[in-house]
Amino acid sequence: MSIFINKDTRIITQGITGKTGQFHTEKCIEYANGKNCFVAGVNPKKAGESIFGVPIFGSVKEAAQQTGATVSVIYVPPPGAAAAIWEAVEADLDFVICITEGVPVRDMLMVRNKMKQKVAAGGKETLLLGPNCPGLITPDEVKIGIMPGHIHMKGRIGVVSRSGTLTYEAVGQLTELGLGQSSAVGIGGDPINGLKHIDVMKAFNDDPETDAVIMIGEIGGPDEAEAAQWCKANMQKPIVGFIAGVTAPAGKRMGHAGALISGGADTANAKLAIMEECGFTVTRDPSEMGKLLKALL
Amino acid sequence: MKIHEYQGKQILKKFGVSVPRGIHCTSVDDAVKAAETLGGSVWVVKAQIHAGGRGKGGGVKVAKSLEQVREYANQILGMQLVTHQTGPEGQKVRNLLIEEGADIKHEYYCAALTDRATQSVAMMASSEGGMDIEEVAHKTPEKIIKVFINPLVGMTDEQARTLADGIGVPEASKAQAMDTFKKLYACYMETDASLAEINPLILEGNGNIKALDAKFNFDSNALFRQEEIVAMRDLDEEDPDELEASRFDLTYISLDGNIGCLVNGAGLAMATMDTIKLFGAEPANFLDVGGGATTEKVTEAFKIMLKNPKVKGILVNIFGGIMRCDTIADGVVAAARETHLAVPLVVRMKGTNEQIGKQILKDSGLPIISADSMAEAATKIVAAVQ
Repeated sequence: MSIFINKDTRIITQGITGKTGQFHTEKCIEYANGKNCFVAGVNPKKAGESIFGVPIFGSVKEAAQQTGATVSVIYVPPPGAAAAIWEAVEADLDFVICITEGVPVRDMLMVRNKMKQKVAAGGKETLLLGPNCPGLITPDEVKIGIMPGHIHMKGRIGVVSRSGTLTYEAVGQLTELGLGQSSAVGIGGDPINGLKHIDVMKAFNDDPETDAVIMIGEIGGPDEAEAAQWCKANMQKPIVGFIAGVTAPAGKRMGHAGALISGGADTANAKLAIMEECGFTVTRDPSEMGKLLKALL
Repeated sequence: MKIHEYQGKQILKKFGVSVPRGIHCTSVDDAVKAAETLGGSVWVVKAQIHAGGRGKGGGVKVAKSLEQVREYANQILGMQLVTHQTGPEGQKVRNLLIEEGADIKHEYYCAALTDRATQSVAMMASSEGGMDIEEVAHKTPEKIIKVFINPLVGMTDEQARTLADGIGVPEASKAQAMDTFKKLYACYMETDASLAEINPLILEGNGNIKALDAKFNFDSNALFRQEEIVAMRDLDEEDPDELEASRFDLTYISLDGNIGCLVNGAGLAMATMDTIKLFGAEPANFLDVGGGATTEKVTEAFKIMLKNPKVKGILVNIFGGIMRCDTIADGVVAAARETHLAVPLVVRMKGTNEQIGKQILKDSGLPIISADSMAEAATKIVAAVQ
């Protein structure tokens, strides 16, 4: 098993005909069972055509109806990204992954609240991953997003992180040590997003084929602390934790819009302390994440 | 993106928030003329820089004659204003705001910002205006009143009243205070702000509520649809190296240490900085080359790092995914040649085409030190600069 996605997941690509969408869709199709998983693309102007053998539909709803897909991945440029998320939510998909970087925060505020309102009114809940995230992968089954497939190895370790390359770093260390991954999830670096550390930790806890987890965070925001508190009370599996940004100055946005120290509680040191208190094995040396995890098994 | 106080007040005024009459100027003569135009007998001469704490640093003065306006404008214009937000070197004052004096009966605080946890807009207000709000939050958190606004609903009367009651606005001025909060919220949303802060928001002797200061930050992701805000950008207030880097799509932030670092990805870049510190040195910068680094970008990144005279060594840390290690290796070699690199360089590469990349570095004949892990890279660069 795995979390959120597996070889039987059927996926729609929104923004499949753009430069980024094309580039990554091709790589996703080439990876493991991708050829069977990526079943539809969306572009209202190119409906009826196809790309890499994938048929293009005029809307997400139509694509879902015609192919039975329940998941979508979004590469639509920032001005239209939130609308693309909403289109997927209105089509009642299970899961939407928004890769797009640079989505205005106000647009995310609006669409997140619309999503909550829909669920409150009894509508179907759609999970969102991202925006500004690398996506997620279940090794040897399916990859949805922009991560390099070949560094992964099938196995029983979960990885969750906000950042792309830092996720790859953790995955690379695990693979070198012969430890495969059940799933690796990048939740993205934006302040207003979908799934948070806590949601992914819950999923890993429930997954019988995940034995341990590496949880990587950054400065800014309350998410890692919330996840740590939940893990303290509920998590059945060992966790290695790392927070990037001990050396980051307050008040400066460190690349990610969400990586900004605003108060005392969202510094790297404060988060590391909370994680340690909640039973994580924390490290200040990111080169050690894999080794520490191996020692816990 | 940040703007000046005088620009913030223009925005507030446009949204119907009451602000003092004021005139922006850039010379001493214009400052005196501005005071004459405003009339009255008391003026405030305010330094305009993109940092808070201007009053404490001597950048805000109350003048009681035109001679004093001239004297203070003369003092403030061109000074290196040092505040707790500028760093020890301070920020040069190039702009002034001359304002009519205000009859302050009470100073409040209010601000709007995006709250991650609730995914809503938080509006905060306090009876303790005019001071450092973080100190208030720390010492007397009960004096900060907060409401969380659902952007689909907007700010309700009840929320506006909670704030006005909570900070003790007198009955006669309550309606105007509530109106001000609602307008500040509308302004926050429509301008794609990430922070809109009025400190102090004052109660005047005549019962009026007025914004005596205005501080805005804007979401850089939304600038494509905020032409008016973009037009307010003052490049003089920004770090020239960070600005130069952004032209090449590089994210650069200068820091105080002596190890330059070049990394792909924001999270990995922070982790690299942390590793340098863990092994006994301090990073000189944050530099994210992003996903699509070319030889040109890597060369520019080297040039920007090397402009900093404190840099005694460089650490390159790349996790090759979609971006291949051989591409980066070519870029590093070209950059080292073009900049006639004279400081030690440690390169750590992982991922796609790692071996080809390492071979390129080796074959270059340049004294590049190779490392396998981040810890090894940090150890080597720290040793090399000592």
